[in-house]
Amino acid sequence: MTGHDVYLLSPEISLVGLALLVMALDLFVERKGILPLVAVVGLALPVALSIVLWNDVHSEVDGELVGVFGALTVDKFALFFKFLVLGISALVLTASVDYARRLPRLQGEFLGLILLSATGMMLLAATTELITIYVSLELTALPLIALSTFLMTPRSSEAGLKFLVLSGISSALLLYGIVLVYGLAGSTYLVDIAEVVKEPLDPDLAFGSYALLVGIILIVAGFGFKISSVPFHMWVPDVYEGAPTPVVAFLSVASKAAGFAILLRVFYVAFPALEVDWALLFAVLAAISMTLGNLVAMVQSNIKRLLGYSTIAHAGYMMVGLAAVASRIENGGDAAGPSSLLFYLGAYAATNLTAFFAIIAISNKIGSHKIDDFAGMGRRAPVLAGVLGLALISLIGIPPTGLFIGKIFLFTAAVQSDLVWLALVGVVNSVLSAYYYLRVVRVMYMTEPTSEEKVPSSVPFRLALAVSALAVLVIGVAPRLLTWVTDVAALPLMP
Amino acid sequence: MISEAGIWTIFFLPIAALVIIFLVFRPFFYRRPDLASLVLISALTAALVLSVWTLKSVIQEGPLTFESHSWVTIGDMEVSIGLMVDSLTAIMLVVVTGVSLMIQIYSQGYMKGDPSYIRYFAFMSLFSAAMIGLVISSNIIQLYVMWELVGLGSYLLIGFWHHRPAAAAAAKKAFLVTRIGDFGFLLAILYLFFNRAAFLDQGLNPLNIADIHAAVPLIEAGTFAALGGLGLTWVAVGIFAGAAGKSAQFPLHVWLPDAMEGPTPVSALIHAATMVAAGVFLVARFFPVFEASNQAMSALAIVGAFTAIFAATMGLVTNDIKRVLAYSTISQLGYMMAALGIGAYGAAIFHLFNHAFFKALLFLGAGSVNHATGTFDMRYMGGLRRVMPWTYAGMLIGGLSLVGIFPLAGFWSKDEILGHAWNGGSVVDAVVFSLLIISVAATAFYTFRMIYMTFHGEFKGGVEAERSQQPVASPDEPGRKVHLAESPVVMVLPMMVLAAGAVVSGYLVNPQRGLFEIPVHWFSSFVIPALAAEAEILPLNRGLAAVTMIVAVAFIGLATAVYLRGRRVPKGVEEALSPARQLASEKYYMDDLYERRIVARGFYRYLGGFLEWFDQQVVDGVVDALGWLSRNVGWALGRLQTGQTQSYAMGISLGILVILVVYLVWG
Repeated sequence: MTGHDVYLLSPEISLVGLALLVMALDLFVERKGILPLVAVVGLALPVALSIVLWNDVHSEVDGELVGVFGALTVDKFALFFKFLVLGISALVLTASVDYARRLPRLQGEFLGLILLSATGMMLLAATTELITIYVSLELTALPLIALSTFLMTPRSSEAGLKFLVLSGISSALLLYGIVLVYGLAGSTYLVDIAEVVKEPLDPDLAFGSYALLVGIILIVAGFGFKISSVPFHMWVPDVYEGAPTPVVAFLSVASKAAGFAILLRVFYVAFPALEVDWALLFAVLAAISMTLGNLVAMVQSNIKRLLGYSTIAHAGYMMVGLAAVASRIENGGDAAGPSSLLFYLGAYAATNLTAFFAIIAISNKIGSHKIDDFAGMGRRAPVLAGVLGLALISLIGIPPTGLFIGKIFLFTAAVQSDLVWLALVGVVNSVLSAYYYLRVVRVMYMTEPTSEEKVPSSVPFRLALAVSALAVLVIGVAPRLLTWVTDVAALPLMP
Repeated sequence: MISEAGIWTIFFLPIAALVIIFLVFRPFFYRRPDLASLVLISALTAALVLSVWTLKSVIQEGPLTFESHSWVTIGDMEVSIGLMVDSLTAIMLVVVTGVSLMIQIYSQGYMKGDPSYIRYFAFMSLFSAAMIGLVISSNIIQLYVMWELVGLGSYLLIGFWHHRPAAAAAAKKAFLVTRIGDFGFLLAILYLFFNRAAFLDQGLNPLNIADIHAAVPLIEAGTFAALGGLGLTWVAVGIFAGAAGKSAQFPLHVWLPDAMEGPTPVSALIHAATMVAAGVFLVARFFPVFEASNQAMSALAIVGAFTAIFAATMGLVTNDIKRVLAYSTISQLGYMMAALGIGAYGAAIFHLFNHAFFKALLFLGAGSVNHATGTFDMRYMGGLRRVMPWTYAGMLIGGLSLVGIFPLAGFWSKDEILGHAWNGGSVVDAVVFSLLIISVAATAFYTFRMIYMTFHGEFKGGVEAERSQQPVASPDEPGRKVHLAESPVVMVLPMMVLAAGAVVSGYLVNPQRGLFEIPVHWFSSFVIPALAAEAEILPLNRGLAAVTMIVAVAFIGLATAVYLRGRRVPKGVEEALSPARQLASEKYYMDDLYERRIVARGFYRYLGGFLEWFDQQVVDGVVDALGWLSRNVGWALGRLQTGQTQSYAMGISLGILVILVVYLVWG
């Protein structure tokens, strides 16, 4: 490990340091309220280091810095995800101040584990070697599993255990896939694999060889678990329902973003020659995920389960960006598959965090996650209800919100890749989804409140909510602010 | 030269006023409403200064071009936001900010004591910003957004006293009727959008206004892959539909008289000087497109000229002073449209410019009269010239200018339009000329009928007399009581400023001979090159001017005889005219046609009835079936979610197997 490697890893190293610091402080300080503050303020260091790296990468001719024996590639793509994950972490930590305070113990661990998982996600976006990818993936997942059990209730423990077992199975599948690919290519470096698989080995066979066929499908299964794509999605509703809500918020956006980061990296860097085959696979999974997620969401009565199925549907929309490969060569513009996927991830992060934050505040007060118990929130908590409504409108894809523009970009990319059918499935699904999202809005505004009590919230929480809600609107009104970075971030993936 | 930021500031000043009024003054300073109006007045003063600076820059440097800013790119289409500042924009900026400033000053007096005083100025800020945004837009989408915001501002202000059913209904009517026209405009935009391939081939963007201008010669030369034949005509017709809605041209004029339910300064600003002129502005903005299509130009000319005479006849018989002015506005807008239709581009904009001053003045005068008498019904006024000498003088100047009496502003622009029609020589020109010259006669008559009924003779009791005779009269516009006195200085002063404009704006900006530093026909020669249009500049036709003056004076004389001297019209003539009078009083039964026949019967009963049946039987059936299906499929799929970890693992394995098998069998 050279000094250069340390420099490349500096955001992650500082983040681990921060996590350890928070956990150590927990042992000494009496006033636990200071812990979230330290965590959030401490994030400034990795952010600053990432900015330094961005400037450095920007001045490189080929736009990347490679280190740690070639296993780590810091380019704008990786840095985009570092910023995204850091931003999400900052918001989640700020918003869970009230929540963490009510935990019986282990408050420092709660914050520290979130930071450690974030470290894994940041590494994941930058790795270009299969073993490192696997290790980063485990670093991402294990803290989240521990966090899922933090409520210490039977439900929460059950969620954690299910998460652990299924995550283990998916890791095993992923490793199996990696082994097969390594067996064929003789290397675990993505660039070397791409060199071997320059063209399909046997043009008559899908993916060119049986080893790759099985290997790639197993890799898709492993990553598909992370992004909650059908048929690897079944853990999602149970974990969402049982785990602490701030953890779910973090899981639903950060973990998903990291999953997509590594999918994009592996498939665009290692297997561009086989894109006809895997693009079709993603297209079909996309269509199934959206449809299944939306249909099952319709019959949910628990808001967290509803958002669980909603996130499955959104994984479907996002996979449209993976499938829309043909658009990437003709245009480097906004509508190219990967850059529109990055845009969608950003807008989705803002939107889903907004929704979860509002739900955290409301259900803290009413002590329930039943949609029917949200009755009359329009009057009891006008700001929270309004913001939740905004997030739901964005999830449907109605202007002037971020996901409206995001869907336009994704579906345009699909059309340009001759996937008109997929775009149509996406549009029909968006309409379907309005049914269950608007049902929540209807309950909040059109039914009588069961009590007149107001819903309180703390200042840091309001700040996080305001930032995320504002981001939903700003991305929707001035998409340029996001596209300028997603456009350059997607470039390293382009051949 | 003014910078790009300077021009954007003109737009953002009223926006800032809106934000400050809503976020600071409404919650915290509601006890001091007068401060809210000062915010807007100072913003508009600064905006006016910047607008004058912009005008100066355009005069010195020609049209200003700035890089546009990309807003969003979708596929191959880039939608940008930018500034298009040519002479037309510069003049509109000065008119909008200048007139708006005068009217806000006046509003301080007129709206004094209104419980919603602060909301009034917030809406006025919104409207002013949208109007400014409209005239500076360089992109058709940007323009369309502003166009709709202007419509929203108008809706909010017409319905300002929303507790009054008539005001609420009028606001709704204005919104719906203009929306019909806007739909045409939207279709034109979509038509351009769907023909984008041809534009992109030439390196042009079909949404940029300058690029649309640049495409027109290519289309005419046949070197353009689309929009040949009637293509441009469709675009022009769509744009004209939007313009006709906003500018209240026949047959979409019905909303403007009703819009008089709004506060009078609103009528002066929105429904006389600026928003209704936006339609004329829109046609002027896309003038090259119109010029390329003879059919569109003829339609423009005929609709405009017909509207001019049609509205004027309704003005002859109306007793509500604001409605007389509303019909007069429709009629004058018809002049402008007709002028554009016969290619008299410079004359049309010149008339728009002058009209903004004298019509705003007349409306402010009407508001002032209302302030004193509490009513708008001229039958209960009379004799006010002694108590309100300043208002009387202002109204007289505005009226004479409107009629087109030498040497007031209206004379110069109206004669220029008539001169173009006279010189044109085609059938359309002849029709336009004859309709417009008849309108001159009608204008002279109704204007002086209004002045005599209001200011001469004996006072007939104002709102108190009106209430005693028509107890259902609408309630509470501020000061709905008789209070016979001149209005306060804040109201009189803006009227005097506008009166000065109404006197000199005609000759000063477009002199027939060199005047001080101002060259001959400065205004026309300033506006026209903006488009490189084929419009020509005509010298004043003295013979023609004499004829129109004689016509105007003759009909003023007729009005004098009937309304001042009280001469009875011979019985035979009155009986002969009575059906026509009835027809005009009933607004040619067009409200009846629209509301009773088309909307109530056509839409509600027949179309609505059919759609209800279709909705109940077909649509609901399908939707219910689909809903039932999706919920049950959802429920069935939800059953798979057993909660058992082993079944989830099984799901994953089965999924992988299915994918593998599919690839092996069909791969």
